[in-house]
Parts: sequence; C-alpha cells; structure tokens
Amino acid sequence: MAIGIKVMHRPVEEVSYLRATLSGLGHTFKHLIDPHKVTLQYPEEKWPLSPRWRGTHRMLTTEDGKAKCVACGLCPTVCPSNCIKLVPGEDEQGNRYPLVFEIDEFRCIFCGYCQEVCPEEAIHVGRHYENAEYSRDGFVYDLERLMAQTHPVCEMWDPSDEKGQ
Amino acid sequence: MTSLILQVASSQLPPNSFAPFMIYMIVKMLVVFTVYLVGVAMLTLAERKISAWIQDRHGPNRVGKGWLQPAADGLKNIMKEETYPAQANKPLFILAPMLAFIPALLTWAVLPFAAPMPLPWGRMDMVFADLPIGFLYILALSSLGVYGIVLAGWSSNNKYALLGGLRSSAQMVSYEVAMGLSTIPVLLLAGNVTMNSIIAQQAVQGWNVLLLTIAFIIFLIAAFAETNRLPFDLPEAESELITGYHTEYSAMKFSMFFIAEYANMVTASALMVTLFFGGWDIPFTLWDNLAPYTVAKSLLTLGFFLFKVLFFLFFFMWIRWTLPRFRYDQLMSLGWKLMLPLALIYIVIVAFGVLALDAVGMPRDRWYGAPLITLNVVLLVVLFLVLDRGRLVSPASHRARVEELDRLRARRSRSTLKTGTEG
Repeated sequence: MAIGIKVMHRPVEEVSYLRATLSGLGHTFKHLIDPHKVTLQYPEEKWPLSPRWRGTHRMLTTEDGKAKCVACGLCPTVCPSNCIKLVPGEDEQGNRYPLVFEIDEFRCIFCGYCQEVCPEEAIHVGRHYENAEYSRDGFVYDLERLMAQTHPVCEMWDPSDEKGQ
Repeated sequence: MTSLILQVASSQLPPNSFAPFMIYMIVKMLVVFTVYLVGVAMLTLAERKISAWIQDRHGPNRVGKGWLQPAADGLKNIMKEETYPAQANKPLFILAPMLAFIPALLTWAVLPFAAPMPLPWGRMDMVFADLPIGFLYILALSSLGVYGIVLAGWSSNNKYALLGGLRSSAQMVSYEVAMGLSTIPVLLLAGNVTMNSIIAQQAVQGWNVLLLTIAFIIFLIAAFAETNRLPFDLPEAESELITGYHTEYSAMKFSMFFIAEYANMVTASALMVTLFFGGWDIPFTLWDNLAPYTVAKSLLTLGFFLFKVLFFLFFFMWIRWTLPRFRYDQLMSLGWKLMLPLALIYIVIVAFGVLALDAVGMPRDRWYGAPLITLNVVLLVVLFLVLDRGRLVSPASHRARVEELDRLRARRSRSTLKTGTEG
C-alpha cells in the first residue's frame, strides 16, 4: 500500500520571491503605522457582558436589609448539581427564613434554575466573572456573602421576549 | 598632576604620549560598552513593540509604560533558577553562552562609528583599533559565533538541541561563503581592507549600496542567516526543534543567548552600514570627511551612523515579522545554488568593470560610480524580472522531474490514505 504524497501545484514560473517579499513588507508596514489596535486593555477596559450572563450568585435583600429568601426549599430541589445547602428557620410571627444558606460555587454549573424557580426573586445569578480566592473554602458563599454582593444580576431569557427587550 | 600626564597637544593629530591614548581608550570602551548593552536591552523591547504593532497589538505597556520591560525581564532572569540537564557536559554548557556573546562584542573593535574628535590632548579616533586588516578581522570573528551555538547544542545532551546546533553549523558555514564573497567587490573598489579606507572610498565615489547593489543584497541575506534571524532561524525552529540549541538553557544563560542574538544583529547592521552605506559618512557632502575635525562634526557623524544602524535593526525586525521560516532544503539550495554562484559571477562582472574603467583612464572621483550604477540597474532588472521566477526559492515539487511528479500524483490518486485535497 503506497502512501499518497501530496504534491501541490504551484505556479512557480509566475511568482517572484523578491517581489512577493517586497509587497509583504509593504503590507506589514501598513499595519505597523496603523493606529487602530485591536487589543482590549483588560483591567481598564472590559467587554460588555450579555444581559443573560450567568455568573456567581447574589441574594437580594428587602428595604430593611433582610434576605428576601423565605426558605421555601425550591432552589435546592431544582438545583441539578446539588450545590445549595438550605436549613429553614421560623421566627415568632411564623415567617420562614433561612438559618443556613450556602452555595458551593465550585459545584455550581451556573444553569440559573435557582433564579428561575425562586418565587420571591431572592436568589439571582450575577453578571460577574472576576472571582479569585486563596483557598477552596472561599468559594462556598454563605448568606452574608451572597447578600453583600453588589454586581448586576442576570436577566433571564423570556420565551415571550426572545431578544431580551 | 593632570597636566603632567595629559600634555596639551595639537588637537588635529593623535596624542603624542601614552597616557591620553590609554585614557581615550578606556573612556571609549566604557561608553560604547554601556551604550551597546543598554541598546541591546532596548532592542528586545523594540522587537516586542514592532511585532505587536505589525500584528495590530499594543505590545508591552505595563512596566513603566513599557520602557522598563527590559529591566523587568533582566531582573526576572537573574532571579530564576539555573538548571543543568542530567549528563550535560557542564564546562562546555557554561562556556557556550559566553562564546555566543563575545565575538559579537569583539567585532566592534574595528568599526569606526564617527569622524575623529579633536580634544585638547590630541585627536580621539572614534574607533578602538584601526587595524590594517580591519575587514578580515571581522570575517574571522563572525565565524566564531557558530561555536557558541554548536557547543550549546552538543553539551546539552538533548536531541533537539543537537539538531539545532547541527543546523546552525551547516547554515553558518554555507552563508559565510556567500557573505565573504559578496564583500570582495567592496574591496575591489576600496583597494584596501581597513574600515577607514572603505568609508573614505564611499565618501568620494558614492555609497556602495548603489555601486554594488547585488553584493549588498547577497550580504544582507547572508547577514540574516549569520545572525539566525527569521526567515533563516532554523537552528531554533520552534515548530520542529522546540527552541533548538538553547532548549536546555534557563535563567541568565538563556538570556545570554538572547542578548547574543541582538548583539549579533547590531554588529551585522553596523557592518552593513560601514561596508555599503558609507559608515558615518553624511551623504552628498564631503565636508564631514575632511580635516579640520571639529567636535560638532564628530557628533553629527555619530548621529548619522546611529541612525543608519537603527534603520537596519528595524529592518531586521520588520523582515522577521513579515516572512515565514524557510524549509531546510530551501535554505541550503538558496545558499549554495543561488547566492554562491551569484556572488562569484558578480565579482567577475565588477572586476571586469573596474578593469575597463581603469583602462579608459577614468579617475577615481565622484563620477567613477556612474557606470557602475548603470551596470547594477541592468543586473537588478535581470535578477528581479528574469532570474527570480520561482527559481530563487521554490517548493519541493519544483525540483522533482515532471514525469516523477506525474508518477507521484498518480500514486496518490490510487492511494486510500489521502493526505488532503489536491491544490
């Protein structure tokens, strides 16, 4: 079995290496003096995020600074990666609130189901991507941390409004 | 005390005692060495900036707006760990980076970089040593550069490094020949091998780039091969050999190779300027070349020299970010089958031209170059329009015989192991 050898046909009689080199030099020089550069100066400039970007979570709060969460238990139920830990509590008036609300951001797959399922519009996925911690434990966000986040939140895709207007 | 050692002498003549000569020498050494090394460091920045601009990027702009990037790189390389590969030949492994770097520095000993400067203690020649064999000294030293690379490749005990070293030795030996031959026309015109007489000849007759254009083109291409720059950087072809001869080098030893590459570029540029672009000569005028020398004249010619060298350094980088790397067989066939015969033929043509001009009694003044320029224009037209038709650099298929090609293509069409679509 002979192995096929690829022999390209090139019109060698018509090409001139020297002239091709000169035109190539001209082309690169045009780019050299072109003031338009494509680099985005990252920490100073950033690309705009999509309104549907799903990043690390944020818990919205009421006017008096409490979490909107009523500990209904829907989000840990719907979560496909099982990353939400919720222990419900109840105060004297019978209002439910979360005693423990933790999200392991390492387990999270950022599907956004928690935001979609939440009846109180309390838990949201955020439009945010710059996360860094010194230890893995730092990525288990507790309720306090979730409430302290200030970044904008995701606007979920709405079937009746496909373009997100 | 100072007046005893430094006797006041005629400023137009060399110093008449030993002390001012030594002091001049030490000052020149310190200044040139410092400027050279700082310049080489800045060249690494220039390379990155120019590559970035050509590719529509910004380049390094963080450390001190980019200007301190070479310092940051140097600091990083000094702090890094030096590693030695197992089974490496340690003495040679350490010696190799030095051997790559030193010849480039030594070449500067004979390159004049400005008109002589008159000082109260005697004239200061702006060259370290105007050797009577100036030019031969440069040829001899530039061949030494290959030892650094070959020894680095061999002593690393690494197959890629060894291949890089082998390639570089073959490449440098091949192009050394063409480079040496391309400079013979220069010597034919100058009639002398000292650098100063070559510059003086160009000041009178016009720059050699016009008088000996083909020799310049050959020298330019050979200089790229000698400095291992793209399109001839086969010794360090990343796609095949990782980084070739300096694969195993780390930290400051790697940096030495890096510096050596740029030092070689500076030397090659200065050599091209001296041999073909009139050295420190200011074009179209003669006043800068003639006595009496003044400090202003000296500084002005120095500026012109630096400008010309910087242009060639830019040209080296410009070419690097324009052309892709040659294939190894293309490199060899270009060197041996094109550059070498072309240089030989050109020597014969120029020799006959000079002989004919002398026979008709043409004085060696400013009009001496005119017939030579005409000759060069004709030769350039032949080279560009007739000779350069896929013959200078050709794809592999070009060298195969026609029937052989058909056989290969036919075999391919029968084969089940297709390797892509036919072009």
